[in-house]
Amino acid sequence: MKSLKWLPLAAALATVPVMGLAQTAEAAPAVDNAFIFNTLLFLIGGFLVFWMAAGFAMLEAGLVRSKNVTTQLTKNIALFSIAAIMYWLVGYNLMYPGDGWWMQGVLGPIFATADITGEPALETGYATGSDFFFQLMFCATTASIVSGTLAERIKLWPFLIFTVVLTGFIYPIEASWQWGGGFLSEMGFSDFAGSTLVHAAGGFAALAGALILGPRLGKYKDGRVNPMPGSNLALATLGTFILWLGWFGFNGASQLALGTEADANAVAIIFANTNMAAAAGAVAALILTQILYKKVDLTMVLNGALAGLVSITAGPLDPTLFGALWIGAVGGVIVVLAVPFLDKLKIDDVVGAIPVHLIAGFWGTLAVPFYTEGTSFVTQILGFAIVGGFVFVVSIVVWVILKATMGIRVSEEAEVNGLDVSELGMEAYPEFTKG
Amino acid sequence: MPVLLQLQHAGLIPLQTKGTKVKLIIATIKPFKLEEVREALTDIGVRGMMVTEIKGFGSQSGHTEIYRGAEYAVNFVPKVKLEIVVNDAMADQVVDTITKTAKTGKIGDGKIFVLDVAQAVRVRTGETNEDAV
Repeated sequence: MKSLKWLPLAAALATVPVMGLAQTAEAAPAVDNAFIFNTLLFLIGGFLVFWMAAGFAMLEAGLVRSKNVTTQLTKNIALFSIAAIMYWLVGYNLMYPGDGWWMQGVLGPIFATADITGEPALETGYATGSDFFFQLMFCATTASIVSGTLAERIKLWPFLIFTVVLTGFIYPIEASWQWGGGFLSEMGFSDFAGSTLVHAAGGFAALAGALILGPRLGKYKDGRVNPMPGSNLALATLGTFILWLGWFGFNGASQLALGTEADANAVAIIFANTNMAAAAGAVAALILTQILYKKVDLTMVLNGALAGLVSITAGPLDPTLFGALWIGAVGGVIVVLAVPFLDKLKIDDVVGAIPVHLIAGFWGTLAVPFYTEGTSFVTQILGFAIVGGFVFVVSIVVWVILKATMGIRVSEEAEVNGLDVSELGMEAYPEFTKG
Repeated sequence: MPVLLQLQHAGLIPLQTKGTKVKLIIATIKPFKLEEVREALTDIGVRGMMVTEIKGFGSQSGHTEIYRGAEYAVNFVPKVKLEIVVNDAMADQVVDTITKTAKTGKIGDGKIFVLDVAQAVRVRTGETNEDAV
C-alpha cells in the first residue's frame, strides 16, 4: 500500500527522459549545464552591454548644449540599431570566419549573413544566438564612441553612413584578427574584453572624424579655448553610472564561459576588478582636478571613472584588486591631462571620448603584461599599432569620401541655431525655448 | 497769454501736469529677495506685479568659472525684475518699501526706476487708469 503512494510521482519522473528523447535521435543522458550557464552568461552580459547604449546616450545628451540634445539622442539610438543590422548582415561572420577565411587570419567572408537557427550547438558549449547577441553589443559600443566626439556640428546622415561602414566592416575585420582567431591572436596579443579592439578602435575612428570635421565654431578663438558647458550634468552622471553597470557585462561576460566553478570564480574576479578600476579612475580624477584647478570638475570625474573602466578592459581577470586600482587610477590621471592637451592641439572632442577610449585604451592594452603571463609589452604595442593604424587610415578615407560627396558638417547658421532645429526640426526642451 | 501756454492749449506740446495718475515702477533686485519684497508690497496694498528672471551687470561684475581645464568669464549675474503699476499716490511708498526690503548693503542690490504710464486698462471690465490698478 505504501509503495502505491509514490506511483504517480514515479510515473511522472519516468516520462522526463522520454520528453528529452522526443527532441534528439540518440538518448541525451543528462542536461548540459555548462551549455546553459555559458549561454546565460552571454545573454545576461549581452543585455548589460546593451544597456551601455543608454549610458552613452545619456552621457552625451548631458554634455552637449540644449540646442543639440535631440540630434545627439537620435544619433545614439540610430547607430545602435544600424550596428545590430549590419552585424547580422555582414559583421558576425566577417569577425568569426571559422573555416571560411578568404585570406587566412586577415580577411573573413565579406557577404555572409549571420544564421543562428538550428539545433543547440552543444559542441561549441553555448548557443550560437547568444554569442551573436553578445558580440553584436560590442560592435554597437564601438560605434557609439564616435558619436560623442563629433557632436554639435556633424550632419546626421553622413555620420550614420560612417556607422554602417564601421559596424559592418572596419570593426569586424580588426576584431577578427584577435577574437576571430586571426593573426594577432597567433602573435600573442592579449585583449580580454577590448581595450584596443573596441575602445581604442572607436577612439581612432572618432579622432579621424574630428580631424576631418574640424572644431566647433568659436571653440578655439584668438588662442583661447572657449568652453561650451553641457546642458544637463544630471543626465551625464546617470549615463556614467549606467555605463559602469553595463561594463560588468562587458568585461564579465568576456570570460565567455560560466560552466565550471573556475569560470564562475573568474567572472567574480572580473566584476570586482572592473568596479575597482572605475572607482580608482574617478578618485584619481577627483584629486587631480582639485590640485590642478583648485576645484573638482564633475565631468572630469565622470570621464575618470570611464577611463578606469577602459584601462582594466584589456586584462580584468589577472590583476589583484590593488592592480585594478592602480591601473584604473592611471586611466583617471590620463584623462585629466589629455582633455586640455587635445584642446591645445585644437582637436575638439565634445565629451572626451578620445582621452577615455583611445588613450586610456592604449594604457589598458599596455598594462596587460604586468599581470598576465605570456604577454609582452612589445606585442601589446604592436597589436595596438596595427589595429589603430588600420582603423585610423580606413576611417580617414571614409570621412574624406563622405566630406567630398555629401559634406559632413552642417552650415554655420545651422550650427549656431542648433542641430535640433536645423537637422531635425524639433527641440529637446520646447517649453524652455527662447523663440 | 504766454506763448508756451497757447501752444499747450492748442495741443501742440504736452500739458505740463504735476505727474500722470498711474506710475510704472521697474525694480531689479537680487533673486533671493523676491519673496521678502513681494510680501512687504502686498502688506502695503499692492495688488499685482510682474516678475521676470533676467541677467545683468552693474557695479557688480561677473566671475570666472572653469570647465574641463578651460577658464571662461561669466559676465552676467542673475537678477529678478519687478514691474509694478500703481496709483501716483502709492508710488513713493512702493519705492520706499522695495528699497528697504531689497537692500543687503552689498554691491548688486539693484535699481528702481519710476515711469509715467500714459494709459492703463483692466481687460475684464474695461476700467481705465487709476481704476485699472
